[in-house]
Amino acid sequence: MPELIAKSPLGTRSPLTIGLLRLSEAPIMPMTSIAVFPGHDKAIAKVLKPMGLAFPAPNMISQKGEAFLAWTGRDQAFLLGVAAPMIPASAAAVTDQSDAWAGLIFEGPGAHDALMRWVPIDLRPERFAIGSAIRAPIYHMQAIILRLTANRFDLLVFRSMARTAWHEIELAMMTIEARSQRSK
Amino acid sequence: MRIGGKGLIDRTKPVKFLFDGRAYGGYRGDTLASALLANDVRLMGRSFKYHRPRGVLTAGSEEPNALVEIIGTKNQTPNVRATVQEVFEGLNARSQNRWPSLRFDALGINDAVSPFLSAGFYYKTFMWPRAFWERIYEPLIRRAAGLGSLSGRHDEGLYEKAYAFCDLLVIGSGPTGLMAALTAARSGADVILADEEARLGGRVLADDIMVGGKPGSDWVAEVKAELTALPNVRIMTRTTVTGAYDHGTYGALERVGLHLRARANLPRECFWRIVAKRAILASGALERGIAFPMNDRPGIMMAGALRSYLNIYGVAPAKRVTIFANNDSARASARAMIKAGVTVAAIIDSRADAPMEDGTIVHAGAQVTTTRGRLALREITVRKGGEDILIETDCLGVSGGWNPTLHLTCHMNGRPSWCEERAAFVPQPGAVPGLFAAGAANGTFSTHGCLAAGHAAALAALSDLELRPASVMLPEAEDAPYRIAALWAVAGKGRAWLDLGNDVTTKDVALSAQENFSSVEHMKRYTTQGMAPDQGKSSNVAALAVLADATGRSIPETGTTTYRPPFVPVSIAALGAGGRGTGFAPQRFLTSDQASRDRGAPMIEAGLWYRPSYFPKPGEATWRESCDREVMMVRETVGVADVSTLGKIDIQGADAARFLDFVYSNMFSTLPVGRVRYGLMLREDGFVLDDGTTARLGEQRYLMTTTTAAAGLVMRHLDFVHQAFCADWQVRFISVTEAWAQFAVAGPQARVLLNSMLDEPVDLPFMGCAPLRIGGVEGRIFRISFSGEEGYEVAVPTRYGEALFRDLVARAETIGGGPYGMEALNVLRIEKGFITHAEIHGRVTAFDIGMNKMISAKKDCIGKAGALRPGLVGPEREQMVGLRVSGDKGLVAGAHLFTHGDAISRVASQGYVTSVCWSPMLNQWLGLGFLKNGRARHGEKVRLVDHMRDVDLICEVCDPVFHDPNGEKLRA
Repeated sequence: MPELIAKSPLGTRSPLTIGLLRLSEAPIMPMTSIAVFPGHDKAIAKVLKPMGLAFPAPNMISQKGEAFLAWTGRDQAFLLGVAAPMIPASAAAVTDQSDAWAGLIFEGPGAHDALMRWVPIDLRPERFAIGSAIRAPIYHMQAIILRLTANRFDLLVFRSMARTAWHEIELAMMTIEARSQRSK
Repeated sequence: MRIGGKGLIDRTKPVKFLFDGRAYGGYRGDTLASALLANDVRLMGRSFKYHRPRGVLTAGSEEPNALVEIIGTKNQTPNVRATVQEVFEGLNARSQNRWPSLRFDALGINDAVSPFLSAGFYYKTFMWPRAFWERIYEPLIRRAAGLGSLSGRHDEGLYEKAYAFCDLLVIGSGPTGLMAALTAARSGADVILADEEARLGGRVLADDIMVGGKPGSDWVAEVKAELTALPNVRIMTRTTVTGAYDHGTYGALERVGLHLRARANLPRECFWRIVAKRAILASGALERGIAFPMNDRPGIMMAGALRSYLNIYGVAPAKRVTIFANNDSARASARAMIKAGVTVAAIIDSRADAPMEDGTIVHAGAQVTTTRGRLALREITVRKGGEDILIETDCLGVSGGWNPTLHLTCHMNGRPSWCEERAAFVPQPGAVPGLFAAGAANGTFSTHGCLAAGHAAALAALSDLELRPASVMLPEAEDAPYRIAALWAVAGKGRAWLDLGNDVTTKDVALSAQENFSSVEHMKRYTTQGMAPDQGKSSNVAALAVLADATGRSIPETGTTTYRPPFVPVSIAALGAGGRGTGFAPQRFLTSDQASRDRGAPMIEAGLWYRPSYFPKPGEATWRESCDREVMMVRETVGVADVSTLGKIDIQGADAARFLDFVYSNMFSTLPVGRVRYGLMLREDGFVLDDGTTARLGEQRYLMTTTTAAAGLVMRHLDFVHQAFCADWQVRFISVTEAWAQFAVAGPQARVLLNSMLDEPVDLPFMGCAPLRIGGVEGRIFRISFSGEEGYEVAVPTRYGEALFRDLVARAETIGGGPYGMEALNVLRIEKGFITHAEIHGRVTAFDIGMNKMISAKKDCIGKAGALRPGLVGPEREQMVGLRVSGDKGLVAGAHLFTHGDAISRVASQGYVTSVCWSPMLNQWLGLGFLKNGRARHGEKVRLVDHMRDVDLICEVCDPVFHDPNGEKLRA
């Protein structure tokens, strides 16, 4: 009987620190898409309530402890951090997404500046506040960008594209650092 | 020469740089132009067409003459304006458009034959003999044409792109821009202040104006300090706003590292996309020249530039300066020069009522009629009341008035309006939504007027932004009226240049009008006026004034040419930052990627994915040997291939079956749970969109697979159908392509291999699917085949993909099998007559590929009506056929098919070949292709011709299924 070894999207890549910015791979965590069927908002609300969550408004995150539910599209949200609760099949389409996405954690003061080299969204703290989620491209690839805490972004990109995403963010980190050294 | 005590350069930081291989000294803060002038180097370039010696004309980004090449370690950049390039230690600049040297240029011969090189010269001269064009004229012209040279190597410098957002973008930091930024910033607006110069201040610094009772540079420093301290302000110097686009988006080019020695990771340039709720265009005005005979010699420059060089760089361009102007503004240059101890030989003022000036002679009602001096200006001739006066001078400052820098206001199709009083175009309010032109950019030319206009524009923007304006005091400043009497050209013998960049003279414009290219847009193209790197910044208005005169129309009747972005040249490298090499698109890697590379598999790109082409074994010299072995391996034992790249879409809901019936041409509502069906998807126009298998995982749940190439396309199509036609249905779908690693296990030993590792033995009918457990991991198994053999696809969560692939391959090898790549996969499917996007390339119908019966008669579907249109069904269609030929001569994809005996001509083509392979099993070349009425022509011999690859052979038309036509192996 084979024993299959699980590998994260970036394998054994160690975190990268340049200047004040740090990029690391997020640990694999449960991730489930919940797409509410038309007219079943109340049924979903009923399932989520005991978890302390609510179906998020567009571009928002509902969070309780380890669990958070991020808006990812029309009538669709991703539940992250905890296993999916029992949801009646008539109320929402529930799909395991845990392996489909690579999670990157990008943090440090001014992380938004580096990210805005590639992301056409105003990610400054006052415009993209804690509790915000958005689907936006990181350069050529689509991504889900979350702000759960200050000075930190949780990025989700297609698993197969993780190396490119890492490379592009690394490049932004390097140029930001070189710019800050420019006048020295 | 350098003037002591003047300028804002840092005299404690001397730098050495090279120009044409010779070392010079300058200071930090110098531009290449100012440093060369300080070293008394006035000859900086050669003109485009006549190769005439040229010196610097301006002190800004509008410079047409002083274009140089900057040689870096990793790049060589031509057409860099010496007025923009700052000097740094080790800067290596080279003059361009000359050979062998700047002082002696062999193509200066063009100047001697200039009467033959007037506008339209190409069109008239190179007409005959016709055969000469391609072989003689064009290569000659190409050699002579162009400005500057390229290294022929990739630019390996680093470039950057970025986004920024703000409430208010202030473009320009002269008195208007600073006042606007200060007002808005104090009121709490989120402000970006962009200026293309290295320093804030604009003409406050260049003109050394008193503001608020103190020197302008002090006032600028104070404002800058306040703005820098505010958290809601971002100051972007060396940043030129290059274009205005929809929805308040502006393009801007920042010179990040161009003024420094190259250093690791520091971008050379950054192309910004700034989204602003409101913008204030405070870009000032550009001084224009006067077209008098021989007005292009080194030493002739804009009067305003004289002040810039003196006040910013502490440089006097010459020892004995003369001024020629039609307005009051140039007087400031004369005064500044006199104050700095430079002799001002005379002021030639074309206005008869011109006022006198202390410290120099004023020739009122006079004009400069010619100049002398080959490599530098030596002497000018002035006509005053019928009398010629010779004046010895080495610098002539010219001012023909000021043109508001209104370019950005025209970027969304707005046209400026003519102002007679200022003899200039002024912006049309509201031409770009949300953009207010203010100050000199709007035709206000006094400092007080600009400060007030900047303040007023900020108030208007704040009102739009619903912010309460904070109190800001307007500092006192001069408020002199702008007096001008238009003078565009001076009559006389000799060429009078309008466009120095492209060597266009007043005669060229007159000739254009004479030859009936009299519309301004025609004149521009006929003469190339305004088409040089400077885009005619200092010549456009004068040229159209000359055209108006030549055609007897007024200037407003003549109109302007179109101002298009970018305002200054933008390097393609900056626009495409990040996109060089592998940066062109994301790279998608399979979980089996490393395992395949470990086995020496060359990877090929399939869409964005990297897939193994084949797995070479020791002793195999060519890809064909490996491919043939892998094909036979699958046919005889078992092969393993990573097929995770296929699109997978999870479709759920009470209406999921109904939805699939609607998007697929065939029926899916009747598919039992636990079974898989092949499906064909049509576009709305009835042509084939994609194909694939879809499994029914539950009563209300399906898993669709798409081809690799069309995964995104199908997802988009489903979204469109759902949103446009059935948004209220109980159906939801999401991509799970990346969630599963999926492997094809194909061959007579496939079941043996799988049973060796699954928790339960496989027991699935052909086109069945089931959950599976493998080493405790839950996955899925599908009995489907793209090879024609007994085949399975095993899917596990992606994190286990690499482990499963390595295990499958290792086990396969113990029973004579192994991995197979894309080449073998392609051969296997051609032998079986299975289609890919080589066949369903967007121009074929279900009928063409022999699947017309798959359009169910029992229901409607997307594309059904379209497929029934006349001409899409019938013997006139090119239908899919198999092709085969024995012997060594190979079929080639892309070749055309002809009826035996027909002429080989485009119109006689009967079809074409889409896929070919060497079949190691059948020992012959096989192909798939499309042939007119092909299904009725099985057995016929047709001629296959490929002119590109020189192939011409006879092949046999046959059924496209070559292998196991009854599917016995498949269903084993």
